[in-house]
Amino acid sequence: MQYDMIIAGFGGQGALLIGKMLAYAGMHQGKEVSWLPSYGPEMRGGTANCTVVVSDRPVGSPVIKSPRALLALNLPSLDKFEDSVRADGVILVNTSMVNRDPRRTDVKVVKVAANDIANGLGNPRGANMVALGAFVGATGVVDMKEVESLVRETFSRKPALVEVNLKAVRAGFEAAVGTAPAVAEASQSNANG
Amino acid sequence: MPSQAQAVFRYPEALREVTTHYCPGCTHGVIHRLVAEVLDELGVRQRTVGVAPVGCAVLAYNYFATDMQEASHGRAPAVATGIKRARPDLIVFTYQGDGDLASIGMSEILHCANRGEKVTVVFVNNAIYGMTGGQMAPTTMPGQVTTTSPLGRDVGLAGEPIRMAELISTLHTPGFIARGAVHQPLLAVRTKDLLRRAFRYQVEGRCFSMVEILSTCPTNWGLPPHEACDWLEKHMVPYYPLGVFKTPEGGDRASRPL
Amino acid sequence: MAKKLMKGCEAIGEAAIRAGCKLFFGYPITPQNEIPEYLSHRLPQVGGTFVQAESEVAASNMIYGAAGAGERVFTSSSSPGISLMQEAVSYLAGAELPAVLVNIMRAGPGLGGILPSQADYLQATKGGGHGDYNVIVLAPWSVQEAADLVADAFDLADYYRNPVYILGDGLIGQMMEPVEFREDRKPVREIPPKTWASTGWKGDRPRAVVNSLYLDADTLEKHNRDLQEKYHRIRRDEVRYQGYGLDQDYDVLLVAYGTVARVCLTAMEELRDQGIQVAILRPVTLFPFPYDALANAAAKAKAVLVVELSAGQMLQDVQLAVHGSRPVHFHGRTGGNLVTPEEAASKVREVLDGRSEEVRHA
Repeated sequence: MQYDMIIAGFGGQGALLIGKMLAYAGMHQGKEVSWLPSYGPEMRGGTANCTVVVSDRPVGSPVIKSPRALLALNLPSLDKFEDSVRADGVILVNTSMVNRDPRRTDVKVVKVAANDIANGLGNPRGANMVALGAFVGATGVVDMKEVESLVRETFSRKPALVEVNLKAVRAGFEAAVGTAPAVAEASQSNANG
Repeated sequence: MPSQAQAVFRYPEALREVTTHYCPGCTHGVIHRLVAEVLDELGVRQRTVGVAPVGCAVLAYNYFATDMQEASHGRAPAVATGIKRARPDLIVFTYQGDGDLASIGMSEILHCANRGEKVTVVFVNNAIYGMTGGQMAPTTMPGQVTTTSPLGRDVGLAGEPIRMAELISTLHTPGFIARGAVHQPLLAVRTKDLLRRAFRYQVEGRCFSMVEILSTCPTNWGLPPHEACDWLEKHMVPYYPLGVFKTPEGGDRASRPL
Repeated sequence: MAKKLMKGCEAIGEAAIRAGCKLFFGYPITPQNEIPEYLSHRLPQVGGTFVQAESEVAASNMIYGAAGAGERVFTSSSSPGISLMQEAVSYLAGAELPAVLVNIMRAGPGLGGILPSQADYLQATKGGGHGDYNVIVLAPWSVQEAADLVADAFDLADYYRNPVYILGDGLIGQMMEPVEFREDRKPVREIPPKTWASTGWKGDRPRAVVNSLYLDADTLEKHNRDLQEKYHRIRRDEVRYQGYGLDQDYDVLLVAYGTVARVCLTAMEELRDQGIQVAILRPVTLFPFPYDALANAAAKAKAVLVVELSAGQMLQDVQLAVHGSRPVHFHGRTGGNLVTPEEAASKVREVLDGRSEEVRHA
């Protein structure tokens, strides 16, 4: 089975990092993965997005027109990618930065106020980690325990940041888990996708 | 040869005993010889790689008894950079004319000098494109007639001749930059000294070095060889002054106080 | 060694180092900047040399000098920069110097854009600069294959004393995928000592003159005959391609290289679910091109569909291979737009139901 997703936000919101961590986690779980960024001027201050594929088989096209999941960190990202998500897919909206509901009714919508949660934890820069945890909670695409060990690895040079970011991903996970079908269920309806 | 006989003049080891293609009266041959003598005297011939240009000296690889590379037009300093970075133990020199170095290769020579590549550039300035048949070069003198400036170089359209030694000596990177000439025997002796210093800086791993050498082109100047020497003395030397412009010890030429 | 998640550009840089290349000369241009950036910190760690040249023209001539001194050397650039390097590529071919050049293609012509493209196919495979010459062209479709082909490229360059291109699109450079560098890798060819290199002449071998100048017509013609003989051996011995579904029955043969072939692979699976049988032939070497394999594979199909990120460049080679025996169709995107699996699949359906027009001339 293959699970593909688009992570999108303003440059600086951490969309590319979230995507990389999902790809790393998938790889550590023995999956085939690809991570494809949008690149160019939009890297610098505008919207940034990446496409991540996590699969049991070698990844075919790394370019995904209709992803199974979208993480929209801001409004322009929701505007741009909402229509592309597959029916029965997942849209995770960061309501801290998005002031409208998705229009789609054929997808599972999960709403998490990532920035507000991060602020509440006293870690405003941890909004990306909250969003990462929430995405894992909403989709189950990778194991939370892989994500946690990645967080430890990522911040290993700044031990003070490990605990606060672990808190952030867990808070995001808790806010989203159980709100959307797990990957295994979603994939069975599209066994050959 | 009878045993009493003693050779008082012979080919330098670094120069192959072949007939060159240079025109009668051209001073390339003298400059080749000076370079070869210096390589012999420094004892570096066996670890020297020369880079030939595109221009009259394009066949220089047939004349120097060292390993050689032939570069594309103007790129000899880039090729020399590649050789030297690949094999810092080698002594690397380029031998370039004024069209090659000061026109199409301006970018390569400036950046090679500015990176401080430990290579030696022998820059032969004869104020004209020789091999292609006498066209105007960036170093052509004001009013000088060439096949592409039939009424004489118009500095209002073509600008003034470029003084490469002066230009490169403005770079802050340490280097040895000098200008010599070979149209008189004494000047040739002094120019050989400049070349020796230039190569020695490289042997010591000190800095980039370039010796610009004013040269005649009797064929394309349309002058008999001895008159070409006089023309060089009269027209080129005042504009292209001889001397040392920069040494790694002495910094740049001092500016005049305000 | 364990798998690492790496950007294609970084994997290419690391693979070069592991192939024994300690020298890189380059100039910044998007979308391949991660190659020089990676090497600028990595090469000094392994005793190598990184030089940021003043231009692609200079960088490629530095390659010439270093290759002529007998060392493994490479550069990377993207389309407009590769155009500037064509002078040196012609000289490298003429002087028979081994060097590896990576082109992470972007969309043209002119300044074009910075998004992925495959529009330098003809430049790469038909020479690109002046004179009769060919460059070996390897086209990876994944980050792992990019790393593997870089290693092979150095061997092939040394063995044939010829420049070799790694031709990737922007996706290959920017994408991250797991990659493994195999410690037990064997050279693809046994490489003779470089007795021709200019390393200082001590009289124990003929003087080394690295040169492409032959003023005598007969000598130059002989040199050209020798080069052509070499290209003939390359055509005979170095063709690489992969087939997908070629041993089954199929109606349409898809031909694509690089990441586009992966898009086609996904399209193939989608079509199979709809009961449409297609197969894929993916050239891995673009020069030499797998003409014979393609002709054989096309013979089993009703039609051939070429998919490229260009206006139709490899298409010309496919038409040569198929030689009119089957209708050839084309689907290409330009400007940096990508082909999606849905697009490729829909084009296949158009080919089968007669809505697609055969390409008569390319």
